[in-house]
Amino acid sequence: MKALSKIIPWCAFALFAIEIIVVMLPKKDGELHTKEFGRLPVLMNGRIQPFDSVARNSLLQIRSTGDVPLEQVPSWKFWHHAKKLRSTEWLLEVFFKPELADTRPIFLIHHPDILSEFDLAEKGVEKSGLRYYTFEEIKSSLREINNQAQIASDTKDEVRNTYQKQILKLANAIFLYQRLKNSIEPEGAESLVKMVSDFEAAMPAGVAAFRAQQSGEELDRDALARFARLVQPFDAVANLAQPLTLPPIHPEVDRNAWQNAGAGVLGALTSDHGIHPAVRYFARMADSYGSDDAAGFNSAVAEYRQWLTPKFEKEVNKARAEFYFNQVKTFLHATIIYIAAFVLAGGALLAFGSLPTLFEVLRRSSFYLILLAFVVHTFGLVFRMVLEGRPPVTNLYSSAVFIGWAACLLGIILERVYRVGLGCAVAALTGFVTLLIAHNLAIGGDTMEMMRAVLDTNFWLATHVVTITIGYAATFFAGGLAIVYIVLGIFTPLLSEKVGKGDSDLGKALSRMVYAIICFATFFSFIGTVLGGIWADQSWGRFWGWDPKENGALLIVLWCAIILHARWGGLVRDRGIMNLAIIGNMITAFSWFGVNMLGIGLHSYGFMDAAFKWLMLFWMSQVAIMALSALPLQYWKSFQSPANQEPPSSPDIKSAAGARG
Amino acid sequence: MIDRFVRLFTSLKLTVVLLALGCVLVFAGTLAQVHLGLYKAQNEFFRSFFVFWQPAGSSLRIPVFPGGYLVGGLLIINLIAAHFRYYRKDFKKVGIILIHLGLALLLLGQLLTDMLSVESSMHLRNGDTKNYSEAERSFELAIVDTSDPKADKVVSLPASKLKAGEFTLPEVPFKVRVHKFYPNSSLLQNREEGYEQVTTTAGIGSGIWWKELKHETEMDRRDMPSGLFEIVAPNGSAGTYLISAFLNRPQELVLDGKRYELSLRPRRFYKSYSIHLLEFRHDRYPGTEIPKNFSSRVRIIDPASGENREMVIKMNSPLRYKGETYYQASFDKDDQGSVLQVVRNPGWLTPYFACVLVSLGLIVQFGIHLVGFARKRKAS
Repeated sequence: MKALSKIIPWCAFALFAIEIIVVMLPKKDGELHTKEFGRLPVLMNGRIQPFDSVARNSLLQIRSTGDVPLEQVPSWKFWHHAKKLRSTEWLLEVFFKPELADTRPIFLIHHPDILSEFDLAEKGVEKSGLRYYTFEEIKSSLREINNQAQIASDTKDEVRNTYQKQILKLANAIFLYQRLKNSIEPEGAESLVKMVSDFEAAMPAGVAAFRAQQSGEELDRDALARFARLVQPFDAVANLAQPLTLPPIHPEVDRNAWQNAGAGVLGALTSDHGIHPAVRYFARMADSYGSDDAAGFNSAVAEYRQWLTPKFEKEVNKARAEFYFNQVKTFLHATIIYIAAFVLAGGALLAFGSLPTLFEVLRRSSFYLILLAFVVHTFGLVFRMVLEGRPPVTNLYSSAVFIGWAACLLGIILERVYRVGLGCAVAALTGFVTLLIAHNLAIGGDTMEMMRAVLDTNFWLATHVVTITIGYAATFFAGGLAIVYIVLGIFTPLLSEKVGKGDSDLGKALSRMVYAIICFATFFSFIGTVLGGIWADQSWGRFWGWDPKENGALLIVLWCAIILHARWGGLVRDRGIMNLAIIGNMITAFSWFGVNMLGIGLHSYGFMDAAFKWLMLFWMSQVAIMALSALPLQYWKSFQSPANQEPPSSPDIKSAAGARG
Repeated sequence: MIDRFVRLFTSLKLTVVLLALGCVLVFAGTLAQVHLGLYKAQNEFFRSFFVFWQPAGSSLRIPVFPGGYLVGGLLIINLIAAHFRYYRKDFKKVGIILIHLGLALLLLGQLLTDMLSVESSMHLRNGDTKNYSEAERSFELAIVDTSDPKADKVVSLPASKLKAGEFTLPEVPFKVRVHKFYPNSSLLQNREEGYEQVTTTAGIGSGIWWKELKHETEMDRRDMPSGLFEIVAPNGSAGTYLISAFLNRPQELVLDGKRYELSLRPRRFYKSYSIHLLEFRHDRYPGTEIPKNFSSRVRIIDPASGENREMVIKMNSPLRYKGETYYQASFDKDDQGSVLQVVRNPGWLTPYFACVLVSLGLIVQFGIHLVGFARKRKAS
């Protein structure tokens, strides 16, 4: 039995560890080397990224998902893997088979007014209550959509209504899609190879005719017109192309001078190096993909990479690394482990006191899983940092990831000190919730966007932003423990169970944990806030400006100070501390998210931004828990027997009183 | 009685109550920014002793909540009083004392900043040289005697002091009679509902319609004052002029062979040195419009110290010179000009010291707790 209780936790650990390892192993490409294509570097949003990231972030902006399901499978058939287009596969279609891409249901439209205005209610594909439309289906309404979007974009951000926001989003999605379609091959082209060679052949005569026209000499009008017809499609690509696909011709001069495919062809007109050499590889990819010639496509991709590597090794490697990161989906797997760990920790808490062996098995299993999740989480966090060359927190998305990580670390430390499963439970809960929030924030598009001017400073990102985010994590963690205290106290007798060798019970232990973590939170929040002030002094010449984000940070510091002073002054007891910590949750949520919404949520009456709705729900849930805790202690399962009633004064009050005397 | 008073001011209860009031104040002040704008909310909630509530349509102002100065001031009193009352020589109290010393320094430093710091800005086009910065929100009535070709003689009066009536200025041989003065106004060249015609007797102003506007509270906009001023020389009136922040050029006046320029212009702060903008740069990330950095290469020319050197002012890296700090604040749309924020703040170092003190204190304090806790656990 004892041996078994040691083995089971390791089995749970091994199960998930193997899953992770399998996920992390590199995958083979199919017959068509789409993955190899997805790894190729391009420049977009100011940074080098693989085609796969272009595809993924574009799809997120258009469809709010990372890939395109091709068939509908009822959700109860969970064993049936629905066929889907992965992000890069979709992008290849958009680039090289646009007529096929036009039939993929990718445009997410759900505003009822838009659906009825453009007569779409009966069309489209439905999935989980959301309707997706193909480009074919909305093509006829393009002009009107753009007109409406124009009106919406002329309206001030704060007063735009939901319809206007949605129509603007749709118009942007359509524009992005059309730009992607014209990023390498001009739309409607038969053969890019032929177009390029025709262009090259007609160029000398065309240029000569053009020069003659400029200087007013006799000219070959036919040659000029012929050439103009050949230039026109590339000119369209030069204007529309979204990613910059061609590397700089002279990287030793300017490594950032990437060009788009159209500019790479037209560059032959203004310089002496001719058509950009990379264009030929892309032309071959386009033609072989269009004619389903897998071997031709694969060799074009491989040769392009060979050509690229010597000069652009850094870029090639960065893109490959990011592609790998996209594929592994670290945070998704960490989320799964957190859920499992939470279930186990919950089970452990239920078995606490009554079934010691089961408790220890479950607690240990949960703890090992938390350790594993922490490793996976850390891997993802560090991988992102290396990819970006930045400290961990650069935007809201990464702050969510980091808060989860820091809370998990706190949970592990706490679990080492008090081996009662509480650290595991709260670490798993915060880890899961924050990663879920991060997942939803990622729908906005690229999560590794470049830092705008004033934020472009690793020093302040590493000091101010990281400390303040650790402060958030700690207050959430303390609030989480407080919730556990109230739930366990009311519904179970656990709080009065003895912990360890001393005579302290779980309730007291929890109270001490919350206190310790609030101390921790005070430290980081205060330092973080002051560092933020100093940063503001360095960049704007004022230490404090009462800006909403600053006020949010100040609120956390003030609140932590209240909790500490109230405890030292004996003004609150355990239950009071817990309630204060829960209010801490609300305040932190406000500072983290609420202040960003001030312009949205409160200004435009009658409209609730999605995130604002969630913030309100979160606040209501916290208020509900506090209301629950107002239940007189004799109705709490943990304090029902008179012996377990809370003592009239806690030792801390005595010591505080002693300090005064 | 006194004893009870002392006990109240030294109690932790008061601390908690004040901190809670502070929380509510900050929260309300943050939400209020949505409607009032950052600037006004700041003045009403934080730079005040009371937050007033004015029932719609009445002139009554009822104090409904303690303002930032009151809460902060009481906190400082509470903090200092409590320290005197409970002070004991005890190594374990070092942390607490350090923390609170740092906090007191931080609060006092901010009060100092509030009272003494002066913010202005300097707008330079590439190649410009200026020896003054301009206030962002306040204006001055400037009377410039330009008859000496070598140096202008400038006399000015802050617009906040202007009101209907008469005044004299030193070294100016005439009186100024203010017929009308609107601290914020709107000017039009054609008639519109609510506007009245400006009645001038001299200078630019005929065919202009104007009206008074309410005080501007939006962060990115400012009051534009205008007024009707009569110049009264010893031998009689020299004309009634429209002087307005909207007019691009000053009104001109010749009196006793001397030329004067009259204008309402952003308040100027003259320096003993000048700043020359060599080049403004607006760097973007490759292939995008996302700004990467803004920077101004400037030359400081100081005749007093003979200094003449080049400096780069960029984001997160200001220039500090003779008690003033120059920050990259904004730029012209064509990227050919730069706006520098100029701050004179004698208390700018206090947060740095305060931060060090409080951090040390927190480390000591929680360190003691932690060691004690670890010992107890080991013992049990």
